[in-house]
Order: sequence, then structure tokens, then C-alpha cells
Amino acid sequence: MAKGCTDMATISQSSSRLLREARHLPPLAWLGLAVIVLTAWATIAPATLVRHSPLQTDLLNTLAPFSAQHWLGTDEIGRDLYTRLVYGARESFLIGLLAMVIAIALAVPLGFSAALAPPWLRALTDRLIEILLSFPTLLLALLLVTILGQSPLNVAVAVGIGSAPGYARLVRGQTLLVRGSAYVEAALALGHSRARVLLQHVAPNAIRPLIPVTGLGVGKAIVWSSSLSFLGLGVKPPSSEWGALLAAGKAQLLEAPWLMIVPGTAVVLVALGFSTLFSHIQARTEGSKS
Amino acid sequence: MATQLSTAAPAAVLQARYAPDAAASPPNATAWRLLGRLAQALAMLWATVTLLFLAQVILPGDRATIYLNVYEGQSVARTPQELAPVNREFGFDRPLWVQYADYLGGVLHGDLGIVLQSRRSVTEMIGEQIGATTKLAVLAIVLAWVFAVSGVIATAGRRRWLARLGSAWESLLAGMPYYWLGLILLLVFAVWLDWAPVVSGSGASGLWLPALTLALPLSGFLGQAIRTEYERALRQPHVLSSRARGTRELRVRVVHALRPALIPGITLSGWALGTLVSGAVIVENVFSRPGIGALLVSAVELKEFELISGIILIVSVVYVLLTFATDWLYTVVDPRVRLHGEGLH
Repeated sequence: MAKGCTDMATISQSSSRLLREARHLPPLAWLGLAVIVLTAWATIAPATLVRHSPLQTDLLNTLAPFSAQHWLGTDEIGRDLYTRLVYGARESFLIGLLAMVIAIALAVPLGFSAALAPPWLRALTDRLIEILLSFPTLLLALLLVTILGQSPLNVAVAVGIGSAPGYARLVRGQTLLVRGSAYVEAALALGHSRARVLLQHVAPNAIRPLIPVTGLGVGKAIVWSSSLSFLGLGVKPPSSEWGALLAAGKAQLLEAPWLMIVPGTAVVLVALGFSTLFSHIQARTEGSKS
Repeated sequence: MATQLSTAAPAAVLQARYAPDAAASPPNATAWRLLGRLAQALAMLWATVTLLFLAQVILPGDRATIYLNVYEGQSVARTPQELAPVNREFGFDRPLWVQYADYLGGVLHGDLGIVLQSRRSVTEMIGEQIGATTKLAVLAIVLAWVFAVSGVIATAGRRRWLARLGSAWESLLAGMPYYWLGLILLLVFAVWLDWAPVVSGSGASGLWLPALTLALPLSGFLGQAIRTEYERALRQPHVLSSRARGTRELRVRVVHALRPALIPGITLSGWALGTLVSGAVIVENVFSRPGIGALLVSAVELKEFELISGIILIVSVVYVLLTFATDWLYTVVDPRVRLHGEGLH
């Protein structure tokens, strides 16, 4: 009973905190949030947003510009671009999210071991991170695509592993900072076991700043994975993933430039949405700490 | 302002100005430090070569089958009779450590293997393409520095709205995907205004548009890095004192405040090379330009693994060299680094 009460209290407390934060959200961050919500909606229920089917062709209206019937025009076999864009959101968005999950899942243990492990292991992981950092993200991703083969899942894996070293270094730096802090020293002085100090103090405080960084990273991951598809090395054309749309539109660049402008702009808007919202959150969390 | 005069910074500045260079650190120590760095760099390259070799070994499937299929552009199962000559030619039947030693030895002699489809050497093919990409990258770096520095000088520490506009512009640029920026520039300048060719080729007239595409996002990142430090430098006592002596505002900004602010920009240059290589892969595709990036994309399409490894290795060599150069640049830009005997990173 008492536990239920405190749970309710925490929930209402945190939701009111959320409301308070929302009221302070600047207009640009609101826009970012709106773009993200819209993309998430298209990911979950694309059919609610469109009138056509993504594969339905309209051979009388091929390469048509924007019109009331086809809001964002049509492609070379008359498929409605707006519909394809909405349906493509799912793959782009999920690949971006999955890539980020993979990147963080690799970066946290790597970063922890580079900061906390016994000295020989620490030196080893330190060097490994440094070497992987010397590979440009896209090069590492291309290497992995060659090894793993080209498929939507492998694009996410490649982009995830490709961007992991950068986040690993971030985790390492943050962990070193927390480990050297006075409250960790105090907890150790109180006689708590190393495991307890690690779980209760070091891990949560080292991971917390990663939350906004992860949000920023989803936008970047979407850009990288659509770049792979744009190069023809990721998701392949019958799919309407945004990078694949871009790659398919390249042949019609002169007659129908919107076939590339529209999906490209969609990626830019989502990436900007993530970056404006989460840089605001990052600034807020850093501000409330000091 | 006044309180900052009493901080420790002026001491460091004075020290930097008046301490004779010879007293900074004995020449022996410098030599040792350089040797240490060299050893570190070599170890890193060795590790890279080893990782690339391991990647080739763990490539799923039998290597001889992959080689034969890539060579003939097919994807079928092979009989042992077909595979035997391939195994003999490339030595896949030898123990792994012999193959590793062989690969390492080859790399040391500049032999990065062969491209299977054309049976040409990887070194030769990279050599043909690297010039175009180098030209592109160098022009892009120069443009990015010019944009970033002039943007910061013009807006940082000015009126509130101007400074905000400057930094918003930088974060907007930094977030632009290369393919989108390239596409927009291509449409505006090549298709509508007809100031540049649509298919760039390797000519000089097709160079500036791709270089601009690479330079703009990079200038955003550089600008962000320089701006923070520049605004701090503007509040430093040496800037205040030169203002008090009646130095003109432009001279204060360009001569006195800029130098210390360049350090974080220089620190970024190793990383900048990475984004330039990633960017070149995409930009060369958008503008149909030959170069390392275009070579890499076709190598991945054809699964030419030795070519991919070769390109990655060349990029890491350039990265290591650049890290060296960065180290040296620190001491040129900010003599305090030399006094403390260590890089600032």
C-alpha cells in the first residue's frame, strides 16, 4: 500500500516535472519535437497519413510535379512520392534507432573498461578505441557492409559499430570524471563495496549525460544510413527508405529534381529535429547540474 | 573584466613572451618525445594492418571461392579442382601466421595486393585516383578555414543577435548531410545558373562546387570549436591591454584574439580529415567525380577486399602523419605549449 502511494507520487511528480519542462521548451525545440512525433507516427501507422498505396502506379501522371492529387509529385512510373516518403519513414527511423542502440551497447562496456578495468586491459581498450577512431565513420561502415553483406539490418549494424568508438571515448571521459569525484571517494571511505559504488554511483552518473547525446546521435545515424543507401550500398530500391528514394531519384535529377530534394529534405528535417530538441535537453541537464 | 586581471593567465602570457626558447626544454627531451610519438604512430599503423588482415580472414565464406567469384563476376559454388589453383596463387592453403607475415611484408614494400577483376595492383589504382581527392580535400580544408575564421571574426562577441545568428548558422551547416547540400548546390549553380558543369569529371572547372560542398559543413564544425575559445580570448587581459593602448578593433580581433582561439580548430584537424574522407565518398558520387571515394564505392560493390583495405590503410597513414603535423603546429601557434612540453589535448 505504502509502496503504491510513493509510486503514484513519483509518477505525478515526474509528470509535472515533464510538464514544467515542456512549458520552457523554446519554439525551435517544439518544432523539433513535432517533426520527431510525426516521423514516429508515420513509422507506427503510415496508412493513417496517406490516401494512395506506396506501390500503386499512375501511368498517366509519371514524373508529375506537385499537385492537389499528388502532393509531392510522382516518380518515373507514377508512384505517389508523398505516400512513398511516409512509408519509407519506418525503415529510416528504425534503422537509425537500432544503429544508435548498437552503438551505445558497444560504447558503454568499452568506455567502462577503458576507464575502470585493470591497467593492462585499460591500456588495451584505450588503444583499440583510438585506432577505431582513426577510421572515418563511413569507411568503417563500408568495411562492415562488405563483410556482412547489404541488407537493412546490416546497415544498422554497420552504422552502429561505425559510430561506437566516438561514444566509447565519451563514456570513458565521463567515467574517469565521475570516478575521480568527491562523492565516489566518500562512498568508498564509508566502506561500501566496490561493486556497490560502481552500480550506485559511478554507472548512473557516467551514463546520464549520454541520454541527450543518444538523442542527437539518432539524427546522425539516420543521416549515415541514408548515405549508405544513397551510395547504393544499403537498402535497395523497391523499398522506399529515404536513402533508397534518393538513389532512385538520381537518374531523374534534371527532369524531376524533387525526387531527390523531397527525401533529402525529409532527412535534413528529422536530423535537425533531433539536434534542436536534444541540444536543448543537453543544455538544460548541464545547467541543472552546476 | 577587472577581476580577470588578477588571475594566473597573465603570468603564463608573460612567461611565454619573455622566456628564452632554449630554457623551455632541453633538446634531448624534445627528441625523445618525438621518438615516442613515432613509436606510437608505427604501433597504430601495425594494429590497423593487423585488423584489416583479420577482417579479410573472418569474411564469411571460403576465401578462394570469393576470389574466384569476384574475378569472374559470378556467385556460384566451386569444385575443389577449380579452387586449387586459386589457393596456390594466393597461398590460402598456408598457415594463417605465414599469410599474415606475407601480408605485413607486402605492405612494408608498398604492395597492397591486387584488384581481382582487372588483375592490377592496388597501389597503382590508388595512385591514379588519389590526386583528384587530395586536390578536392585540400581546397575544401582551405575554404572551410576561411569561412570559419571570417565568420567568427565577424560575429563572435558582437551584439547579441549577431553572435547568436553566427552560431545558429554554424550549427545549421554542421548538421547538413553532404548529399543534400551537394544536391542543392548542384541544382542551383550547375543546372539553373549554369556556372559549373553538372558532371564534374576531373577538370578544374568542376572542382569548386564539390569542394564547397565539403567545406560548408566542416566550416560549421570548425566555427563552433573556434568560437567558444575566441570569445574567451576576447575577454583575456592581453586583449584588454591592447585595446587600452588604442589598437583598432579589427587589429585586436585578427592579431591578438585569433591566435589562441585557433588551437581547438587545429585539434579537430585529424577528425576533420575523417569527415572529409567520408564526405568525399558521397560528394564524388553526387558530382560524378573520379577519386578515392568513387574507387571505394565500386570496390565495395564488387567486394574487392584488398582494394578496400588498401584505401583504409592509406587513409590511416595520412591520419597519422596529420596527427604529427598537428603536434608541431601547436607549438607554432601557441608557444606556451612548448614551455609545458606537452600537447594540449
